[in-house]
Formats: sequence, structure tokens, C-alpha cells
Amino acid sequence: MKYTSQSVAKPYFIFALILLAGEILFGLLMGIQYIWGDFLFPLIPFNVLRMVHTNLLIVLLLFGFMGATYYLIPEESENELWSPKLAMITFWVFVVAGVLTILGYLFVPYAQLTELTFNNLLPTMGREFLEQPLPTKVGIVLVVLSYLLNVSMTILKGRRTVITTVLLTGLLGLAVFFLFAFYVPDNLIMDKFFWWFTVHLWVEATWELILGAILAFVLIKVTGVDREHIDKWLYLIIAMTMVSGILGTGHHFFYMGAPEYWLWIGSISSAVEPLPFLLMVLFAFTMARDRKIKHDNEIALTWAKGNAVMGFLGAGVWGFFHTLAPVNMYTHGTQLTAAHGHLSFYGAYVMIIFTVISYAMPILRGRPHGNCAKAQKVELTSFWMMNIGMLGLTLALSAAGIVQIMDQRVGTDLIGFMESQESINGIYMVRAGFGLLVFTGLLTYFYSFFVKEPAKS
Amino acid sequence: MTERITKSMAKNIYYGGGTFALMIFIALTFDTVHQIPKRSNQQNMTESVVAGKKLWEKNDCVGCHSIVGEGAYYAPELMNVFQRRGASDETAFKAYMQGWMAAQPLAIPNRRKMPQFHLTPTEVDNLSDFLIWTSKIDANDWPPTIEG
Ligand code: HEM
Ligand code: HEM
Ligand SMILES: [Fe+2]
Repeated sequence: MKYTSQSVAKPYFIFALILLAGEILFGLLMGIQYIWGDFLFPLIPFNVLRMVHTNLLIVLLLFGFMGATYYLIPEESENELWSPKLAMITFWVFVVAGVLTILGYLFVPYAQLTELTFNNLLPTMGREFLEQPLPTKVGIVLVVLSYLLNVSMTILKGRRTVITTVLLTGLLGLAVFFLFAFYVPDNLIMDKFFWWFTVHLWVEATWELILGAILAFVLIKVTGVDREHIDKWLYLIIAMTMVSGILGTGHHFFYMGAPEYWLWIGSISSAVEPLPFLLMVLFAFTMARDRKIKHDNEIALTWAKGNAVMGFLGAGVWGFFHTLAPVNMYTHGTQLTAAHGHLSFYGAYVMIIFTVISYAMPILRGRPHGNCAKAQKVELTSFWMMNIGMLGLTLALSAAGIVQIMDQRVGTDLIGFMESQESINGIYMVRAGFGLLVFTGLLTYFYSFFVKEPAKS
Repeated sequence: MTERITKSMAKNIYYGGGTFALMIFIALTFDTVHQIPKRSNQQNMTESVVAGKKLWEKNDCVGCHSIVGEGAYYAPELMNVFQRRGASDETAFKAYMQGWMAAQPLAIPNRRKMPQFHLTPTEVDNLSDFLIWTSKIDANDWPPTIEG
């Protein structure tokens, strides 16, 4: 660790991992309720399990991004963090707000929660991924603002690099597009249209900048490749992101009440969206090939490569499957959508968190050369368990989606939703099985933190 | 391929291409916002429809169902439930909805359950009006079949 203030990253990383365990646990509970409808009902209805699952995901990614930023910004700008104290206050505010929100979901019926949290003043609740009560949403804005302030001040007084510029642009975009969460028109279609400004422009534009910047930072550190070279790749990746991802929002406007021209614009632009993810794969593997140093922390590079590959599969390949309008006509809102949502979020965003943690955490714990060989071996095992688990889960959901489409949407011999879902039960059991593998993989990953270092000779 | 591209070229594509895409996106946003009222028959969006939307959100219906293809996939798509269960007849559909909401949760073992929301008959009517309005939106002929 070059700067003492980098250590504020540690609690952010730890908390992100705790939230990830919660997220996957609730995923498993949902996976079981999918098969046995009486499981946990009426104690925790499905919608509550789901909002806990998805909101934990979003919040853990925010914690992860923040940890990554606090770690890399001082090193990149060659300067201590502007205010480590503010970063710690923000941490605790976010933890308390997050925990209270989840407890609210679990212990207060949702309708009552809307009343208790002044939703009638400015209704924003009850929309997918944006279920948070108003005070939580305001809290997120304040936390993000204080974080942006801290990061900007640090960058301003220090060295400026392409990585910090790209990262800061991504973070600003994250903040700006979250503001659409507060705009809820009475017209459902208008509401949906702007809802995507937050959801799509996060994961397929601004977050890709954050992802690219963190990936570039880790690659510089573990391969020792020349910065000029890395910068060029980073610019190329984010250039392709911007060119395809912004108008690519149109792939959500095919069949929701928006005008016809989106059928063309959305299809063509988003068909290019896999390109930046493909470039990330080439980037990671080229840098690994041309590396100047052999860092002892080998597992960090493995995560970086895996991140690029799984992100490409989830976002690029699975995204492409349903992104052309004529195909989306049949796949829109099916288990195929869920399949893509899982592999993309995991491959691109959860794995970049693993990547940066795998690189930074050993250093934060006073192990500049990475963890010992045994710990890295355990971590590698968890890498494969989680990746195979998520791939299996995605394939199962894809199979479920295809059956669902054939049952409900193709031909004349149609059957209804509930009947079709019942016939898919077997596939859902396979999904739950792979989910269990993911969870076991995560526990294995946690165990790798506790493997004892051999005594120093 | 990437050898021939320099850092400054890549940087220019990022700023130039990004700005260009953003400009088009903003222009199309204005046009879409202009067209949505017509395509969604905003003139038919009565107070009851708006009240129905608020109830839809207050009870987080979208946490299990999808509507116009978005939401969760645990329970049926509801954009065309008016056609599916009401045969496009408003009186029949409203009567069906009163019965359906009152009957939850169905006592069929291991079937996926819908909670009891304790809504008043007026509130259920609001939800029906909201779903009827939604069913008439011009969504480029989606959903492809009655089963949603
Ligand atoms: C890491 C990046 C990405 C993430 C995290 C992501 C995540 C998601 C999620 C969660 C949904 C479901 C939203 C809902 O609940 O309605 C979705 C939908 C969709 N995504 Fe992505 N996505 C990513 C990249 C892409 C890319 C690159 C493409 C295209 C090549 C794509 C194409 C689509 C399409 C067409 C839908 C709509 C599916 C439907 O009609 O039901 N996504 N995405
Ligand atoms: C044990 C593993 C997991 C299981 C069994 C599981 C299960 C589920 C289920 C049942 C849903 C609801 C689908 C519906 O609405 O009907 C869901 C939604 C979702 N989960 Fe998971 N999940 C798991 C892990 C994950 C992980 C690791 C991530 C992210 C990295 C994730 C991200 C999501 C997202 C984004 C959605 C919303 C999808 C959409 O709207 O299309 N899940 N999950
Ligand atoms: Fe998208």
C-alpha cells in the first residue's frame, strides 16, 4: 500500500462481500419458492424475496465500486485521499441506510412501508429495481454526492490519468442517471421510458466506463504493461461503449408503447454492444501475453481474464440472443431475459469486484506479493465453482425460457403461463442445484481469506 | 488491427462518437415523449386509471408479474389479461377481478401463491381500469399471443 488513506477501501470490500452472500442466499430461497409455492409463504412473499435479492445486488456493486475507487484513486493521482474521514462517515451512513431498508422490506408489509416512508409526497416506489423508500433514495444521492466530492477533490490536487478521468466520468454518469429514479409520471409508458434511463444507461453505458477503468488499473498492476498501451485500449473500449450503448437503449423500446423507429435504431445500435465486451477479452488476454512482470498474485490476473470472458458471454452473447426486434417479440419478458440478467450482472460487475478485491485485499492486509500459494489455490477452486455454477444456472434458465416461448407464444396449440411453468419444474430444480454450487463456491472463496500464511523464513 | 489505431484516434472516437450518439438520443427522446400520449391513449387516462397505477406500485405487483413485458417472471403477464380473462368486456372483466382478488391466496397446495392485499371494491375497480387502459396501448403488436 503506497498511501495510508487507501485503507478505507477495506471495509467497503468486506461489506460488499457480506451483501453478496445475502443476495445469493435470497436467490436460493426464490429458487425454492419457484418450485414449491408454499415455501416461506405467506411469511415472505416472492416479491419481497425478489426486491431483497436485486437491491442487495445493486447496493453491493455500489459498495464494491466505492471500495475500488478509494483504493485506486490515491495511487493513480499520487496523493492521499482528500478526506478519509468523510469516506468512513459515508460508509457507515450507507451501511445503516442499507440495513434498515432491507429490514423494512422483510418486516413491514410493502403497502404499509410506502405509507410509513412518505411515498405519497413523491411516489417513486413499487418499480422494478427501484423499490427503495424515498428516504433511502435520497440517502443514496447524498452518499454518492459525498463520494464524488471526495474523489474529485483527490483527483484535482493530484496527477491526472486516463484511468481516473474515465472512472470519474462513469461515476458522474451513475449519479446523473440515478436522478431519473425520482421522475415517475402518471402515464405508465412514460414512466417505463424514463425508468430505462437509470437501468439501461447504468449497466450498458456509465458502469462500463467504471468497469473498464478498474480492469485497466488491475491489469497495469499485475502485468506491468506500459501505461500508454493500456490507455489506448481503454479509450477504444469506452468509445465502442458510447457509440453502441447510448442508442442501444432502444432495445428496450421495441414493445412497450414507444414509436416504431426504435425497432431499427435499437436493433442496429445494440447489435454493436457486444463489441466493447469482446474488446475487453482481447485486452485482458493481450496484456497477459505481453506482460513485463510476473506478479506473485496470479489469481488476480485469472479473475481479470475470467471477468472479461464471463462479461462477454453474459452481456455480449446472451444479450445478442434477444436484442434484435423480431427475436425480442418472442423472448421479451421471459426466463431468457432472466438468464441474460444473471450472467451479465455476474460476469461483468460481480466479477470486476472479485478482481479488484483479489488484487487489493492482500495488499491491504500487508501481503504485497499476494496471498500464499495455498490460499490462491482455494481461491482458484472458488473461481471455478462460481463460474460453472452461474453458467449452469444461466443455461437452465435459457432452456426454461425456450420451453416457455414454445408453450405460450409459438404455434396454435398454446398453453397458459401457470401450466407452462409447472411443466418446467424439473429445469427449475437444476437451476436451484447450480445456485447451490454458486453459494458453496462463495463460501469457499470466503474460506480462502482465512488460510494461514506460512511462517516467514 | 488495434496496432493501427493510436491512442488519440481512440480518444477522438470516444468524445466525437459519444457526443454524436448522445445528441441523436436526446432528439429521439423529445420525439418519443411527444408520441407516447397518442400511442397510449392518454386522453383515456381517467382518475381511476391513475389511482390504479398508484395501487399497482403501492402493492409492488410488478415484483411477481410482468406488465408490457417488464417486471418479474413469477406470475403471468398482465398487459393482455383484459382480453384473456375478460374477453375484452369491461363489465365481465371487473366482475372477474373482484372475485379473483378476494379469492387470494388460492388454497391449492404447492401452487405459486399470490398474497391477499385487502383492497376495497373501489380499489379493485381502479386496478381493473388501469389494466384495461394498459391493454389498449400500441406496443407494436406485442404480446404475440393471448397467453402473454
Ligand atoms: C453488463 C451489461 C449488462 C447487464 C448487467 C444487463 C442486464 C440486463 C437485465 C437485468 C435485463 C432485464 C431487465 C428487466 O428486468 O426488464 C436486461 C434486459 C435486456 N438486455 Fe441486458 N444487460 C447487459 C448488457 C446487454 C447487452 C450488451 C445487450 C445486447 C447486446 C443486452 C440486451 C438486452 C435486451 C434486449 C434486454 C431486454 C430483454 C427483454 O425484452 O425482456 N444487454 N439486461
Ligand atoms: C444462487 C444463485 C441465484 C439464484 C437461485 C437466483 C434466483 C433468482 C430468481 C428466482 C429471480 C427472479 C426471477 C423472476 O422474476 O421470476 C432472480 C432475479 C434476478 N437475479 Fe438472481 N439468483 C441467483 C444469483 C444471482 C446473482 C449472483 C446475481 C447477480 C450477479 C443475480 C441477479 C439477478 C437479477 C439482476 C435479477 C432480475 C432479473 C431480471 O429482471 O431479468 N442473481 N434471481
Ligand atoms: Fe439494455
